[in-house]
Amino acid sequence: MGELVHFSFKGLVVILMSAVFVNNYVLQKFLGICSFLGVSKRLDQATGMSLAVIFVMELATAVTWPIQYYLLNPHGLGYMQTIVFILVIAALVQLVEIALKKYIPSLHAALGIYLPLITTNCAVLGVAILNIDKQYDFLAAMVNSLGSGLGYFLAMVMFAGVRSRMEEGETPKAFEGLPILLVAASIVSVSFFGFSGVIDRLFS
Amino acid sequence: MSAIIFAVVSVTIIGIICAVMLAFASKVMAVEENERFPEVRNCLPGANCGACGFAGCDGYAHALVEGGTKTNLCVPGADGVSKKLSEVLGVAFEDVVEKVAVIHCHGDCKATSDKLEYRGIESCRAAKLLYGGKGTCTFGCLGLGDCAKACPNGAICLENGIAHVNPRLCTGCGICATACPNGLITTVPATVKTAVYCGNTDKGALTRQACSRGCIGCKKCEKACPAGAITVVDNLAHIDYAKCTSCGLCAEACVTGSISSRISQI
Repeated sequence: MGELVHFSFKGLVVILMSAVFVNNYVLQKFLGICSFLGVSKRLDQATGMSLAVIFVMELATAVTWPIQYYLLNPHGLGYMQTIVFILVIAALVQLVEIALKKYIPSLHAALGIYLPLITTNCAVLGVAILNIDKQYDFLAAMVNSLGSGLGYFLAMVMFAGVRSRMEEGETPKAFEGLPILLVAASIVSVSFFGFSGVIDRLFS
Repeated sequence: MSAIIFAVVSVTIIGIICAVMLAFASKVMAVEENERFPEVRNCLPGANCGACGFAGCDGYAHALVEGGTKTNLCVPGADGVSKKLSEVLGVAFEDVVEKVAVIHCHGDCKATSDKLEYRGIESCRAAKLLYGGKGTCTFGCLGLGDCAKACPNGAICLENGIAHVNPRLCTGCGICATACPNGLITTVPATVKTAVYCGNTDKGALTRQACSRGCIGCKKCEKACPAGAITVVDNLAHIDYAKCTSCGLCAEACVTGSISSRISQI
C-alpha cells in the first residue's frame, strides 16, 4: 500500500461531481443493478431506497476505512478486506435497523424495508473497496461515498421517470417486461458517457 | 501457516464481536410487538386503500390492537371483516356503513360538447394538462378512465364519454377518488338516494354555456330541502349526507337535472 493521497477543497469537489456523473456506480460501473432494476418501479420507493443507500454508503465508509488502515494493514491482512468488509457492513446495517426501529420508528417505516436489502449490496461494498484502492484519505473517502450515493439517487430517480413513461406506451410483445427495461437502462447508461471528461475539464 | 491461522482467528474474532453486538442490541432495543397484531392484520383485506382513515391496512391493524378504534371502519371488507375483527379482539360487533363511489358529473356527449380533438396519451391526468381537457367544461369528467384503471374491482365503466359506477361491484374503497384529476369522485353511504351530479363552480351563465346538465347555483334545491341538508357554495350545490333524508324533493326542484336520483344513473 502506497501513501495516502490528500486533496484540496477543489479536489474534493471534483471527486464529488465525478462520483455523481462520470463514475456513476449504477450507470458506468454497473454495480447495484439488481436493486436499480427492482426498486425503480415507483418514484417514492426509488427515493426511499436511494436515501437508504446514501446513508449506508457513508456509514460503511466511515467504518471500513479505519478498519483497513488501523486494523488490517498494520497486521499485513490487507488482502482480507473483502470478507471483513462484508461482515462488518452487514452487521452494522442490521444494528442500525434495530436501533432505528426502537428510537425513530417513523424513519424505520420509511427506510426500514430497504435497509436489509442493502446489507450486502455490491454498490456499497464497491464504494468501500474503491475508496481503499484509490488511496483516498478519510475525508476524500467520505466525499466519494456521498457522491456515489447521490449518483445512485440520480440514476434511480431518472430511471423511475423513464419507467413511468414506458408504462404509458405500448411495448411490442417480444420486448414486454424485463427486455425493454434492460434496453432502456442501457440507453440511459450510454447517455451518461456524455459526462466523461466534462467534470475534469470544468474544474481544471 | 501461522499467517493463515492469524487471519482465520482475527476474522473469527471480528465475527464474534459483531455477533455479540447484534445479539446484545436485539435484546436491549427489542420493540414489543403485540402478538395479536398479525392475527388482526390477517383479517383485513390488504388492499391498503385508506378508506378507514389510516395509512394502509397495517396502520389500521396497529390502531385496532392498541384499542380505542372501531372495528367497522373497513369499508371494502364490509360486515364480514368487521365480524372477524370483533371476534379476534373480543368486542361487540358493529355494522359497517357500506359506501359507494359517486362520480359528480353526468355531462355526457348529449349534454356537453368538445372544444378540441384530443389525440394524446389515453389518461385523464395527461388530457387535463392540455387546456383543462377536451370538453367545454373544465370541471367535468374527462372520460379517459383513470378511475376505471385505478378501480381494483372493475366497477367503473365508460359510456357516452363519461365514467359510471356500478354500485353492485363498488366496495367504496375510494381509490378512484384519488385517481380523478378533477376530484369529481367521493364516497357516500350506500343508502343515499340523491346526489349532485356536477362539479362546475363557474357562474350559472358560464356553466349553462358549457353543459346543459350543469349546476347553475339557482338555490332552488336549497329552498326545497325540508331537512336543510343542501347548501350552495361557489355556484354549486352540496348535500350534507348527515342531514339528508333521501326524500328526493331536491331532484324534483332542480331545473337542470344536475341533482338526481342515484338509481337513475345506473
